[in-house]
Amino acid sequence: MFEKIWRASLAPLIAAASAIIISSIALIISGNDPVEAFREMWKTIDSTQSVVIILNVSVPYYIAGVAAAVGFKMNLFNIGTNGQYLLAALIAGWAGAEVSLPPLLHVPFVILVAIVVGGTWALIAGILNVTRNVNVVVSTIMLNYIAIGVSAFLLAEFFRDEETGGLVANTKLMPESARLPALNPIFEFFGFDFPPNVELFGFLPIAILVGVVYYVLLNRSLFGYELKLSGLNPAAALAAGVNPKKMVLITLFLSGAVAGMIGLPFLLSDPSFLKYGDAFPTMIGFTGLGLALLGRNHPVGIAAAAIVWATIERATQRLGPIGIPPEIGKILQGSFLLSAVIAYEVVRRRNDAAAVAAAAAATQHERPPPSEPSPIGVPS
Amino acid sequence: MSDQGADAPAPDTPNGETPSGAPPVAIQLTDIVKRFPGVVANDGVDLTVRYGTVHAIVGENGAGKSTLMKTLYGAHKPDEGTIEVNGKVEVFHSPKDAIAEGIGMVFQAFMLAANLTVWENIVLGDEPGSRFSLDAGGARTRIRELGDQYGLEVDPDALISELGVGDKQRVEILKVLYRGAKILILDEPTAVLVPQEVDALFASLRELTAQGATIIFISHKLDEVLRHADAITVIRQGKTVGEIDDPSSVTSRELAEMMVGSELPTPETRESSVTDVDVLTLQHLTVANPESGARNLLDDVSFSVHRGEIVGIAGVEGNGQSELVNAIVGLADSTGTIVLDGRDVSHLPTRERRDSGIGYIAEDRQKDGLVMPFLLWENAALGHQHQAPYGKGPWFNVRGARTQTQTIVEQFDVRTPGINVPAFTLSGGNQQKLVVGREMTADPKVLVAAHPTRGVDVGAQAAIWDILRDARAAGLGTILISADLEELIGLSDRLLVMLRGRIVAEVDPASVTPAELGSYMTGATTGAH
Repeated sequence: MFEKIWRASLAPLIAAASAIIISSIALIISGNDPVEAFREMWKTIDSTQSVVIILNVSVPYYIAGVAAAVGFKMNLFNIGTNGQYLLAALIAGWAGAEVSLPPLLHVPFVILVAIVVGGTWALIAGILNVTRNVNVVVSTIMLNYIAIGVSAFLLAEFFRDEETGGLVANTKLMPESARLPALNPIFEFFGFDFPPNVELFGFLPIAILVGVVYYVLLNRSLFGYELKLSGLNPAAALAAGVNPKKMVLITLFLSGAVAGMIGLPFLLSDPSFLKYGDAFPTMIGFTGLGLALLGRNHPVGIAAAAIVWATIERATQRLGPIGIPPEIGKILQGSFLLSAVIAYEVVRRRNDAAAVAAAAAATQHERPPPSEPSPIGVPS
Repeated sequence: MSDQGADAPAPDTPNGETPSGAPPVAIQLTDIVKRFPGVVANDGVDLTVRYGTVHAIVGENGAGKSTLMKTLYGAHKPDEGTIEVNGKVEVFHSPKDAIAEGIGMVFQAFMLAANLTVWENIVLGDEPGSRFSLDAGGARTRIRELGDQYGLEVDPDALISELGVGDKQRVEILKVLYRGAKILILDEPTAVLVPQEVDALFASLRELTAQGATIIFISHKLDEVLRHADAITVIRQGKTVGEIDDPSSVTSRELAEMMVGSELPTPETRESSVTDVDVLTLQHLTVANPESGARNLLDDVSFSVHRGEIVGIAGVEGNGQSELVNAIVGLADSTGTIVLDGRDVSHLPTRERRDSGIGYIAEDRQKDGLVMPFLLWENAALGHQHQAPYGKGPWFNVRGARTQTQTIVEQFDVRTPGINVPAFTLSGGNQQKLVVGREMTADPKVLVAAHPTRGVDVGAQAAIWDILRDARAAGLGTILISADLEELIGLSDRLLVMLRGRIVAEVDPASVTPAELGSYMTGATTGAH
């Protein structure tokens, strides 16, 4: 067990070290003291408030990572998670504010709308792929722009809350019944103290559930088996009786459905949103692609990656005032991702070579010892 | 750089006879030892190759042939032993050093850029002209000259993606000649070729040696080795176990026995176990050609397979055998009926056909039969994932799959360090034993076996033959498609010959000779159906 964890974290640790080295070099070149910068970053994150903020920020990142991973597992690059979640958040936010339901139904209703909208939007790329052979990467990317346009249009024309006037456009505020309560009471029950005005968002358990469902579906279900099979070897999947077109459609729907949930923590738990509007965060889908890569499509890996991402963002927030460019955070993230991809590949090649050698050794071992060369022309 | 190709084997390359009569030695490898972690791939190999000869290196998969050739080509350095080229001891640090000594390698898997032309591929990495301009005209001329000289004509301006396998291989050989190689190493050059192309290849190789080149080729097709090689070196378990200067002095059987180091089993089946119960009946099975107007790929094929019977399908590749297999398994759209054990399965999708008892050994195990990065127990479920012990409702039964895989590995002698390793770590023969074992343990009614022993070593081949025979005795009906006529004649109870998508003859394997079969296959003889 320990051995396994150590092996899985070796490459990320190497990547983290080289990211720190690269960003230190960048700091030195720009005339800053890396030691001071990292000390300041540590000071920023070393508080309960920071930990809670990091967790809150990492939840949508995590969901975005899982959404991308669903596609990656089948070799489908769903680059359109961004558009999927924006459209899903808009329609779910509008529908959630329009209906009135008891709390136990209201939240699931909003989630369901988001899942259906996200999945359906991704399904467009799937249908184009299986009927017209349109490349999924291209169609999902382009559908991002269409989604941005469509949601801006829908918001302006139909879903806008008329009471907020002026230049700001947003949907109506979600009613009380559509809000997930903060998790603070649970932790306080265990004697954990929160500073005032700090809330741990109630969406966290749902995110964990998404990861568990993803893991079980992929590793314990026949659907997951056939999904991985189709991704790794479509010809063998066909021979094993798997319909690849159906798999493309289902997988893209699922990936889009998970992507549809990316905006939900803001709609259901974040007191500064609770509605879809111009200020809604727009780039989380793209971040998720990198996080799936970093977390190697494993839910625990993606969670770790999401937390690292949120930590770097939080840590660099207070660098500006002391004169250190906060862009160092982007350098840290970028060099970390790049080094991790390289380190994974190096480790993978080494492991593959070792596995082949081990198999060869096992085969040779079982063979009878070599006999003397048989003389030519004398049948043995 | 443009004229580097000019010292490709020229007609005046020394090809003189030594006083003893044999041509002088071009390559001498002495006591080569090469170790990898956990494995000694070469354990004292000797190799003597003479000028102007076609020299074959034979051995089972994993015997160390490719490792030896990589040593000679400079891809890695041997741990012990010496390499002498033209009587001079050489140490190669990289393939560049080897090519400087005139040694070039043609790999089994083509390394060509599909969207570039022939001449672009050939000059790639060794471009003629100055730093800023590419001498395309010069390259084309040079390639045409080389092609004319050695009978390797390829249009320099053709796109690689438009070429057939034989032409691609010619390009690979030209690539090496262009760089001035006089000693060519070919790694299983015929593995990808159809029979006619094999003949053309060896004709070109002959032409090359006539003009002073020396050819070393790796193969495990013993008949072709005996037919075309001037000398043979046999390697077993990393050691040289036989050096044959006169191939006419050995039979392919003796050669095979040298390769495995023991007496060889034969593919002959024992007493007949054929019953008169039909287990699979095909009626008017037809696969249309996607190009309209062209003749059908599979044309009105009807026959039955009985319980306990092996029906062999002979034919030159590309005469409808693949379409027949795909139609039965449900991978190709077909018309006509397929009745499996009394049930019409013609309209069922692949999964239901396989679940109702059609076992399938795919022609290309790495493409269709296995998922290379999957672990062995994941591969064991392939095609049977919905059935016990692999599937349990909507769930994948990991424990059941593991237990079953352990059984397959033990029962079918799959040599592996364990079941938790990816399939790519196994040798071809062990991969195939896993595939065959998987299909057999699923207890099929009918087995469609396409080239079940293709590309596996002699030991695994014998094991697979045994498995097929035992299953036949237990009542399995088998359709056996093979390019190995000896295997077909030896295993089949009945032989059907396919030509241009049709069954053109039915022959009795007990009385037919490979030569007769060959003439049916090419259409020279007709009838007997």
